[in-house]
Amino acid sequence: MEIYLPIADLPVNVFLVFAMGLAVGFISGMFGIGGGFLMTPLLIFIGVSPAVSVATVASHIAASSFSGALLYWRRRALDLALALMLLVGGVVGTALGVWLFTRLRSIGQLDLVIALSYVILLCSVGGAMIAESIRAILRRRWGDNEDVRRPGSHTWVHGLPIKVRFKQSRLYVSVIPVWVIGFAMGFLGAVMGIGGGFILVPLLIYVLRVPTNVVIGTSLVLTLMTMATATVFHAVTNHLVDALLALILMLGGVIGAQFGAQAGQRMRSERLRLLLGLLIFAVGLRFAVNLFATPADLYSFRILEGEQ
Amino acid sequence: MRRLQSLAGVVMGALFALIAMVSLVAAKERLVVSLSNQRVRINSVFSGTELVLFGAIERDDAPERRFGYDIVAIITGPRQSLLTLRKDRVFGIWVNVESRTFLDVPSYLAILSNRPFNQIAKPAVLHRLKIGFDYTIFTQRIGPDFADVVREDSFRRAFLRLQGERKLYLQTPNAVTFLAPTLFRASVPLPAEALVGSYAVEVMLFAEGEMIARTTSAFEISKVGFERFVVVAAHEYGLLYGIATVMMALTTGWLASIVFRRD
Repeated sequence: MEIYLPIADLPVNVFLVFAMGLAVGFISGMFGIGGGFLMTPLLIFIGVSPAVSVATVASHIAASSFSGALLYWRRRALDLALALMLLVGGVVGTALGVWLFTRLRSIGQLDLVIALSYVILLCSVGGAMIAESIRAILRRRWGDNEDVRRPGSHTWVHGLPIKVRFKQSRLYVSVIPVWVIGFAMGFLGAVMGIGGGFILVPLLIYVLRVPTNVVIGTSLVLTLMTMATATVFHAVTNHLVDALLALILMLGGVIGAQFGAQAGQRMRSERLRLLLGLLIFAVGLRFAVNLFATPADLYSFRILEGEQ
Repeated sequence: MRRLQSLAGVVMGALFALIAMVSLVAAKERLVVSLSNQRVRINSVFSGTELVLFGAIERDDAPERRFGYDIVAIITGPRQSLLTLRKDRVFGIWVNVESRTFLDVPSYLAILSNRPFNQIAKPAVLHRLKIGFDYTIFTQRIGPDFADVVREDSFRRAFLRLQGERKLYLQTPNAVTFLAPTLFRASVPLPAEALVGSYAVEVMLFAEGEMIARTTSAFEISKVGFERFVVVAAHEYGLLYGIATVMMALTTGWLASIVFRRD
């Protein structure tokens, strides 16, 4: 069944878009990530313009992360105070990211910078997650427990000043690393059009030593807040949010997220991390192939904005 | 007094011109065309459409033409500016290295006829009437200059190829069919990506290699109903639209967590 999208200005198959929402929602619920790094390329692939894709995906992520966050909220498995503190840094990061985005676009190499940062970020984060989770799986198999650093143990990060207590996470930590992480998330989100959940989760676990049971819920709350802000921002500045496309994606996304969250809880965490690492690495490789392989068409064009 | 005189002169001139035109028209053929639809509505099930152009040649007492008639129809969509980019390999990766801006080019361009253009008229005539992409002017901005370039220019060719692939630019030498010696029809395919706005239709009648009559018409593509509502809301009330979208997202998320509640 074809339906014409009012803002994206093209007809799409409803079931295809719904299925995409479902699949990405499943993955986002399973790993506690927004899934923007999957959904944005998928939409571009079916012909939606990159600008409309980035703007619309923000609202889709808001929906699926809210549905996921509610699930963790009922289980008291999220830290609202920590999420709010991260958001403080996030707002500053977003503002700076938007500024850089505009600068790069005026130079004319935004596409290249986005593609390169996708490759570098996704391949390195994915690679690190694969390596770490394989080590954890092997350790479990051999019953070797010597190098386990449990959550709650301390690193140099915990020696920084201005300490704040986060009750839910049983954490007494300086706000400086919290703000820095929030800032990085906001910055990456604005420049690359991703929620950044897949970077946030490992950072919270490995740098701040947030207990794994509250990490995903907290990450979902932060993603929800940044993406809701981004949706409003995109709607006000460039009018590119396609509400109809967003609705179809959301319906698929929230249903997928529910099943994904349940599937995720049944799986052992290191296996989950391995799967996510592989997925992220694969998407990174896909972008790398695009950069290095000879394109099918050397020419491309785009409509200049504001001159319809 | 002088003003009155000049006014009288203008009126007389106009009268003469009118009489001349009428006598000219009476001696030659006239062209009458009609479109199957003056207003194409984009609703939520729109996936492209096809307009039919009907036309009749009124001969009155014009002498019979030995080689019959030819018809060329040019349909031009709203104009837009496009940036065309060319990729090249730099340090092993493919980067956009060169760009050209096409200024105020038609977003849709269809040149339809009943037989190949070069059989209808000589190149000089085709060139003057801009029949065929080879003779259409696509203004480019190259650095500080504005110009249309040679036909063989790689950017121009790539631009035409890309527009053709999207079915927005087409030249079809067999799209016009004669139902009778003086009656013809042509179908105008409009893809779903066709831009909203007004489209100009120009129909030219040829006989013995010369254009002997010309007429214009127009149609409009517009969004209606829900589609229109969304577009107006997004552009006029950006903030409200954004907040509404977020509320929709939150409601959807909340409903899902209620529906799928397991505890």
